[in-house]
Amino acid sequence: MKVALIGLPNCGKSTLFNQVAGYKAETGNFSGTTVKFTESRVRVAGKVIDLVDLPGAYTLQSGSPAELEASRYLDSQDVDVIINVADATQLASALSLTFELISFQKPLILALNMVDEAARMGLHIDGEGLARELGIPVLPLVASKGRGVKGLFIMALEEGKKDEREEKGQNQEWNAEEGHRQAIELTKKFVTQGERFSSWRDRLDDVLLHPVWGYAILLSILFLFFQAVYGIGKLTEPPLLAFFDAVTKGVLAPFTQGSLVAELILGILQGIAAGIAIVLPYLLPFLLGLGLLEDIGYLPRIAFLMDALMHRIGLHGKAIVPFILGYGCNVPAVMSTRTLEEPRDRYIAAALATLVPCAARLAVVFGLVAFYLGSVAALGLYLLNIFVIALTGRILSNLLPDVTPGLILEMPTYRVPTLKNVFNKAWFRMREFVVEAWPILIAGSAVLALLNYFGFAYIFNYLVRPITWMMGLPVEVGVPLIFGILRKELSLVMLSQALGTADFSAAMTSTQMVVYATFVMFYLPCLATLSVLKRELGTRAMLSISALTVLIAFLAAMFVRGLMLL
Amino acid sequence: MKLLYAPINTRVKFFSVENAPALTAKLNQYGLYRGDSLSVVRMAPLGGPLLVQVNGREIALGREIAEKIIVEIE
Repeated sequence: MKVALIGLPNCGKSTLFNQVAGYKAETGNFSGTTVKFTESRVRVAGKVIDLVDLPGAYTLQSGSPAELEASRYLDSQDVDVIINVADATQLASALSLTFELISFQKPLILALNMVDEAARMGLHIDGEGLARELGIPVLPLVASKGRGVKGLFIMALEEGKKDEREEKGQNQEWNAEEGHRQAIELTKKFVTQGERFSSWRDRLDDVLLHPVWGYAILLSILFLFFQAVYGIGKLTEPPLLAFFDAVTKGVLAPFTQGSLVAELILGILQGIAAGIAIVLPYLLPFLLGLGLLEDIGYLPRIAFLMDALMHRIGLHGKAIVPFILGYGCNVPAVMSTRTLEEPRDRYIAAALATLVPCAARLAVVFGLVAFYLGSVAALGLYLLNIFVIALTGRILSNLLPDVTPGLILEMPTYRVPTLKNVFNKAWFRMREFVVEAWPILIAGSAVLALLNYFGFAYIFNYLVRPITWMMGLPVEVGVPLIFGILRKELSLVMLSQALGTADFSAAMTSTQMVVYATFVMFYLPCLATLSVLKRELGTRAMLSISALTVLIAFLAAMFVRGLMLL
Repeated sequence: MKLLYAPINTRVKFFSVENAPALTAKLNQYGLYRGDSLSVVRMAPLGGPLLVQVNGREIALGREIAEKIIVEIE
C-alpha cells in the first residue's frame, strides 16, 4: 500500500516522515525546501507500506512544476491513501489544500499537527464537527513528539482497504479564491479562540527583527556560528591529520619508497585524508549548526534582515548564509545555495561563495603575506576580496536578469529544536558529500601522485607559464598552483618544495608574495568544492564559475602588482 | 492605497494587485488571496521587506511587491 504525505510548507509532514522512516527526509523552514520526493518503505502497526513525502504546497493549482508533479502523482494509480498534514494553528490556510485534495476522490485523512501548539495558543478545535463537515477522518497529531502517529497510520491502513470511489460529481471548476473563502468560513465555525497563553516566543521577533538590536544579534549569532565551526575545525583537523600521517607511514612501510605503487598508495591516502581531515572537521559542525538554526526557525529572519543589503549585490536575503559559510569552507557554502529557489540566484550565490577565502586560503595569506609583510597587508587583501566579491555580484546580476518579483517568505513560529531532526538532516547532507565529492578527491589525488611520479609535474610550470610570467612570478609556482586545486594549503606547502627553501623571502620579492597570495585567494575552488558545484549546479556552471574565478584572480593579481609597483 | 504605505498595525483588506497577474498567482501560491485581511507588523530598515500578518501567519514581502498591492483600511 502506498501512502502519500502532503501539506503546506512547515506543517511538519517531514517530521512525521522522519518519525516512521528514520534518517531520510529534510525538515526546512524555508518555504518549499523539500523539493524532491522522498520515499521509504516503512513498517507501521505491523504492516509494511510505502510512504512518500511530497513537496510542501499551499495549493496544487498555481502551475508551479513541483505542484504539477505532486498533483499528477496523487491522481495516479500508485497512491492508495493521502494523508493531508496540516498545522493546527493555521487551519484556514491549510483547508484550501484539503478541499483540492478531496476532489481527487481518494481515501483522504486530515492530520491536524502541532495540536500542542494550538492548545498553547488557546485554540479549541472541534475535530469531530470538522470531520463531519468535510466527510473525511480528522485526527490530532504531534509529530515532533510522536503522539498520534500510530493511530494515524492505523486509520490510513483502514481507509486504504475501503473501496469507495463514489463519483462525487466530476471536478467542478476549481476557483482558488472561492475555496479559500470556504476554508476561512469553516475555520471560523470549528475553531474557537480561547485564553491565549502569551509566550515569550511572540515577543522574540520584537527583538530579533528590531532595526538595531536585530542586526546586532544577527552579527553576534553569525560570528559565534563561524567561530564555532572554524574553532572546532581547527581543533580537530591537526589530530586527524597526524593520525593519517601515522597510518600512511604504516601502510607504506612494506613498499619501496618512491616506487610507483608507493606513490600511488600515497596519493590515494592523501585523497582520503583530505576528505576526512579537512572537510569533516568543518562540514559536520556547520551542518549541525545550520540545522539547529533552521529547526528553530531563525533562517527566514536572517533573510528578512539581510534582503536589502543583498539586493545591492544582486541577490536576495537568503543568500547571506552561503557567504558566511564560505569563510570556513567553500563546500558547505555551495551546498547551502540549495535553499535559494531560482537557478539564477543559486548560480550567483555559488559563484560569489567560491570567491570567499576559506580557512585553507586564509592559511596561505597568513603564511605568506602576514608573516613577511605584516598584518596590515593581509587585512588589505581581505578588504580587496570583499570589494571584488561585491563588484562581481553587481556585474553578474546585471548580466543575468533577475526573475523574481521580490522576496515572499513566510516567517514560521519559533519552535524548540528537535535534536533528532537536526542530526538526521546533518547526516543526510553529510552523506551526500561522502558519496559524491570524496571519491573525486581520492581519484584526483591519485592522478596527481602519478603525474608526480612520472616526473610530469614540471609540465605544469610550462603550461601556466604565460600566466605566471605576466604576473611576474617565478616559473616554479606552476606546480604549487596546480596542486592547490586539490587542497588549497598545498599551494603554500608545495611552494617551499618548489622554490627549494622554506624562507620565502629568499626566493620571492614582496611584490611577488602579494601577487601570489592574491591569485591564490581567488583562483579556482578546490577539488572538493568543484565536485559539489557540479552536483548542485551542473557541469556547465562548474566550468563557467571556474573560468570566472581564474579570470578574476588574474585581474586582481595584476591590479595588485600594479599597485605594488607604484 | 498601496500596501507599502499602509500604517503599521492597522487591519487592511487586500483589494487588488496593480498590473501584474503573475504576481497575484504567486501570492496565491503563498496563501495570500484577494479579500484577505492583513496588517503590517514591521518594516525592515535600509529599504528592506515588510512583515505582514495574515490569516494567523507572518509573511515577509519585498517592497517592490508591497508597492503593487492595493489595500483599503477596514
